Amino acid sequence: MRLSPDEMIFWQYGFIKLSATIVFTWGLMLLLTVGSKIITHTLSTDHKRSRWQNLLEMVVMGMEKQIEEIGLSQPRKYLGFLGTLFLFVGAASLCTIIPGYEPPTGSLSTTAALALCVFVAVPLFGIEEQGVGDYLKSYIKPTFIMLPFNIISEISRTLALAVRLFGNMMSGAMIIGILLTITPYIFPIIMTVLGLLTGMVQAYIFSILASVYIAAATRVRKPKVEAEVVH
Amino acid sequence: MDSMTIIAVASIVTAGVTTGFGTMGPALSEGKAVSTALSSLAQQPDASPTITRTLFVGLAMIESTAIYCFVVSMILIFANPFWNHVIK
Repeated sequence: MRLSPDEMIFWQYGFIKLSATIVFTWGLMLLLTVGSKIITHTLSTDHKRSRWQNLLEMVVMGMEKQIEEIGLSQPRKYLGFLGTLFLFVGAASLCTIIPGYEPPTGSLSTTAALALCVFVAVPLFGIEEQGVGDYLKSYIKPTFIMLPFNIISEISRTLALAVRLFGNMMSGAMIIGILLTITPYIFPIIMTVLGLLTGMVQAYIFSILASVYIAAATRVRKPKVEAEVVH
Repeated sequence: MDSMTIIAVASIVTAGVTTGFGTMGPALSEGKAVSTALSSLAQQPDASPTITRTLFVGLAMIESTAIYCFVVSMILIFANPFWNHVIK
């Protein structure tokens, strides 16, 4: 029983293996970038616009509104990172409609890589917003004893992000695989639909959690200059 | 009983028990979460988007503990290092 798309190898040369994870990830990247390029080739601002442009606008503005509702005051800065996370994980699970495709997020490598991106991005955005000193001081709040706990919580929530996404994707694929050997006809289709639903929900959860972590890191304390100006 | 049998029995029993406990706890807490969300939706239907979104985020966080148990069960059945060591 295949546990992850890592084990399906398309091509091998020495120790460089092109596993299904890498091939499907590249396919997804191609689909997202080439598709967006084709759609945005002829942008128009008047009433007559293509339906694909409408779709992209709905998606992008929906994401921007979500990011703003989380508490990030300038959503445009973070839209690139968070939007790409959502689109990649969402497209990875949407494409299970295509036969022969396995979501690359069903492999722990992909989800660990995405969680590491979030792990690196949170301090980066925090330092960009608050400055190095203020950001590092936030680890010591509320008391100095909390420093190891804050560090451990950073690491554990990154781990939780990776394992949550991996577990959801892998369990969907595995349940379909097991059911195919038991009742081949109707039931696996229902489970595929359920897998699609959980895939989209997990994409949303992943990006919402990433934006919540970034919002927590970039929350600027009330500036003291305002108080002085009032007087 | 030799060590192979002990490892096999322990892995199988633990995998089953892990999945059993791993589904009970999250199911109970998700039920409580959904019921609270429903009652607050009945009280304030205009806050529905916020409540629904928060509900789904909370459900996913609760679900992740069930997923941890599932992953451990799968490792015990399919990628068990002790079993692989003893098989060789």
